[in-house]
Amino acid sequence: MSATTIPSRALRERPKETWLAKLFDSKPFLVALCLLPCSGLLIVFLTYPLGLGLWLSLTDTTIGQPGEFIGLENFISLFDDQIFWNAVGYTIFYTAVATTGKFLLGLWLALLLNHNLPLKAILRATILLPWIVPTVLSSIAWWWIYDPQFSIVSYVAVDVLHVSDHYFDFLGSPWAARWSLIAANIWRGIPFVAITLLAGLQTIPPSLYEAALLDGASGWQKFRRITVPLLMPILSVALTLSVLFTFSDFQLVYAITRGGPFNSTHLMATLAFQRAIPGSQLGEGAAIAVSMIPFLLLATLVCFFGVGRRKWQQGGDND
Amino acid sequence: MSLTRRGSLAFGAAAIGAANIPMIGARAADLDVPTVDTKKPDFKIEAGATLRVLRPAKFVEADEVFFKENTKRFTETTGVQVRADFVSWEDLRPQTAVTANTGAGPDIIIGFSSDPQIYASKLLPMNDLAEYLGKKYGGWHTLAQLYAKKWGSNEWLAIPMGGSGGASVYRISWLKEAGYSRIPDDHAGFLAMCAKLKAIGHPAGFALGHAVGDGNGFANWLLWSHGASLTDAQGKVSLDSKETIAALKYCKELYPHMIPGTLSWGDPSNNKAFAAGEVSLTFNGVSIYYALKKGDEKMQAIAADTGHQIPPLGLAKAAPSSALAVNAMAFKHTKYPNAAKEYLRFMMEQEQYAPWLAGCLGYWSNPLKAYGKMAFWDSDPKLKPYIGVMDTPYYDSYKGPINAAASAVAANYTLVDMFASVATGNATPEEAVKQAAKAAARYLKG
Repeated sequence: MSATTIPSRALRERPKETWLAKLFDSKPFLVALCLLPCSGLLIVFLTYPLGLGLWLSLTDTTIGQPGEFIGLENFISLFDDQIFWNAVGYTIFYTAVATTGKFLLGLWLALLLNHNLPLKAILRATILLPWIVPTVLSSIAWWWIYDPQFSIVSYVAVDVLHVSDHYFDFLGSPWAARWSLIAANIWRGIPFVAITLLAGLQTIPPSLYEAALLDGASGWQKFRRITVPLLMPILSVALTLSVLFTFSDFQLVYAITRGGPFNSTHLMATLAFQRAIPGSQLGEGAAIAVSMIPFLLLATLVCFFGVGRRKWQQGGDND
Repeated sequence: MSLTRRGSLAFGAAAIGAANIPMIGARAADLDVPTVDTKKPDFKIEAGATLRVLRPAKFVEADEVFFKENTKRFTETTGVQVRADFVSWEDLRPQTAVTANTGAGPDIIIGFSSDPQIYASKLLPMNDLAEYLGKKYGGWHTLAQLYAKKWGSNEWLAIPMGGSGGASVYRISWLKEAGYSRIPDDHAGFLAMCAKLKAIGHPAGFALGHAVGDGNGFANWLLWSHGASLTDAQGKVSLDSKETIAALKYCKELYPHMIPGTLSWGDPSNNKAFAAGEVSLTFNGVSIYYALKKGDEKMQAIAADTGHQIPPLGLAKAAPSSALAVNAMAFKHTKYPNAAKEYLRFMMEQEQYAPWLAGCLGYWSNPLKAYGKMAFWDSDPKLKPYIGVMDTPYYDSYKGPINAAASAVAANYTLVDMFASVATGNATPEEAVKQAAKAAARYLKG
């Protein structure tokens, strides 16, 4: 009798599976639960603003007046706007020239830093400074450097070295202003490229260079055949990021020229802001911002697949 | 604290001392204002009323000190708690928009120029208060009426509290060196003077860059002093006119006599250049003078050598420059409309308003004419041109109706760029005006 009761009691006492336990045992639920914080953040801070921007670009909203849906009218009107096309042109030019400059100089700097130098750590940390300083601060510094009356460059050239008899007008004509902004952007972007590429350089095994040395390879050959191909993966990532940062640059131009003189230095981002916020035309500003998306997508695809796709990256051999 | 005027002045002087404002002998008589006996409107304050007020951040210390003290005194007198928030200038307009559209938030917003027109349907009518103040204090200046009355009607939407505008700011000694004791009011004379100033090595400088205040101010002066305007009375773009062409040609003649580099000038640039002695003449608000007076001995010497004059009239009958007006708007959504009106009445009465206005040293100019007669203005005659800043028929979207579209044109520097491109020879006047008219027509009626 007693022998039969014990197992039956044990059976009764085994905890019954509640719906909650079942729920937590379910894999799809757990996956969704773990993704929730991350996807929640993305939805609230990324998808919603992007969606709102897309929606606004299809309306005639202004600050103060809720707009109505007007289809593609904003885009059609921009198509006829010379200032918008100037901004598109300069944005592409700015991105292309500044990115090229940053990569050439950044790579050069990375190669120099890769040598054994005295005070290597301090030197590398110093190189990062332009990248660490908040952009708006360095923009203000550049604004002073380019000031028509108070530029340190003009002061040194005119009052100290007497090599020029008038102050430079860095921002006073369209092309001078465009190149000045590109120079400032290159200065700010070099550290990112240099440090990223330096990290890449340090992953290249020294034995490869030793082997090349034994084979009698020249410095150029070593660079061309060893350094460049092995840097490619990190180069493509750095290039993609750099193109994205440069294309969507805002602070530098806004702090230094605000798009002047006569709209020659507007980037798409600064024009979008100017039209949307100070100009109150939220719909039109959003349309300019949305117009950046195809360019950004294209640039990303070109960088990533054009530069980065090598068979060995997926484990195959190079042709 | 007792509420006699003398008492209020004593507190005023204390506040000035506390804030270290260099104010010139603010004696009681200095702040006396001629008034007309007028029956005070009877705003019965609602039981348990509280108010929330939003206004632009201070530019000069005394602005905030006096505003807060006046508000505190209102609470002491009436028992109505008032919370006054100061928000940065660029945040004020979006916050006004949100308040108007959601019908929640502050009871009173002291907003910028065209806001009362934009939110007309959301605002408490202010006729009783505006008419009382106007009658008591010698009437409202033209610009105050233009911005605060519903366009084309006599319906007051807001109570104008002040305007910040520009004048010619010049170095007295350098003008004298060039042979001038005052700035000529005609275009040819002004041009000749700028040429002479350049010849003696002290050129004038006016912003032609993307400076939202100074750049647009200079462009508007060029237009209005030549009898040109952005729009006609119906609000249709009327830029493409022979007057505009004349203004553009004049700018092209003036440009070589200006200091190089004004094409990249932002709003602070002319202040910096004037304080450093790089330019002898520019258009600006009182802020340059204010900063110089507060500065070290060298700066104070420049302040002593600084003169102000209303911008040259050219073909205009009144000062061809406008001002950034601030208008107090009470929203229909407020639960305490009478308390809101009583608060604004209190703030505009001379016991409160006069010390505030004097403390700002001309940064805000008076919308009510009587405040221009305070003896205070004689204590520093250099501030006098700022008394009349709101006495002008020119406003941002002159001559059309006041609306948001003209602000969009200003924010996009359409007029500034038109002048800059002609001045530098990058476009002919005819090309530039066509292009600018097209750009303006994106927002205004074409």
